[in-house]
Amino acid sequence: MSDPFVIAGRTFHSRLIVGTGKYPSHQVMRDAHEASGAEMVTVAVRRVDITRKTESLLDYIDTSKIFLLPNTAACYTAEEAIRTARLGREAGMSNWVKLEVIGDEQTLFPDTAALVEATRVLVKDGFVVLPYTNDDPVVCRKLEDAGAAAVMPLGAPIGSGLGIQNPNNIRIIREQSKVPVIVDAGVGTASDAAVAMELGADGVLMNTAIAGAKDPVAMARGMKLAVEAGRLAYLAGRIPRKMYATASSPLEGVVGR
Amino acid sequence: MHVTLNGEPRELPGPLTVAALLAHLDIDARRVAVEVNETVVKRARYEDTPVQPDDVIEIVNFVGGG
Repeated sequence: MSDPFVIAGRTFHSRLIVGTGKYPSHQVMRDAHEASGAEMVTVAVRRVDITRKTESLLDYIDTSKIFLLPNTAACYTAEEAIRTARLGREAGMSNWVKLEVIGDEQTLFPDTAALVEATRVLVKDGFVVLPYTNDDPVVCRKLEDAGAAAVMPLGAPIGSGLGIQNPNNIRIIREQSKVPVIVDAGVGTASDAAVAMELGADGVLMNTAIAGAKDPVAMARGMKLAVEAGRLAYLAGRIPRKMYATASSPLEGVVGR
Repeated sequence: MHVTLNGEPRELPGPLTVAALLAHLDIDARRVAVEVNETVVKRARYEDTPVQPDDVIEIVNFVGGG
């Protein structure tokens, strides 16, 4: 069954987007990327360490197969995020950005007013903007109106591993959005990813759940299968939930009756 | 000459271009982005963009992130 995942005219075959942070080593990251089947990975934009020569992350990402999505992590104002997005565009030679404007240090929840503003500015500047947002359907609608190429509501706080905290909101966001909905952040294990996809998400973005697992490569494969399973279940259409049993085997012809 | 490079004060030899600055720092120009006084310098312009005294320069690259 052909079920391509299209964002801003670019087609992906995998609906799993993964990060590049917090892996035990670059080698493990590369192996986990391979196991995940992801075709897009997020990267952060940071100052070069001028005092010493360090290994480049890019030596461990096959950019002929994997599309780089620079983020604006740790930016707390629209201005910082816009500036970082422009640097990321020059470093990566693509106009895509995972836009983050953080509003609170402890929860890493977004400053949604600044996020909408930054989305508007960057879209006008020719960017394909994928904003990380909270699971608020109203904000998602504003982001879409501002020209976002997808909306990326969180399932739970970044790195929390709590799973999808507001499944109904994800469902509502999917129902109302004309752009892809990518659940970004909060996934802890494979079933969380499957739940996100069963709710109708078009994709899932995760970092810590894979990088922080005891065996990141095995978890990456687990996530790949979970995203595929959840997507298939969503497309298949699940049975309604009922309070009482309905027998699966015939009630007639029972022995001795 | 004195500049601010990635937030730190730094002395550089004479006036130079962005391309020469990267060479001086032994940085692969293909893997970074450069900002001079809060304006991103296009890679194609490294050779003819000057770095001048008291410029504020940022040189960034990609690192692991989510």
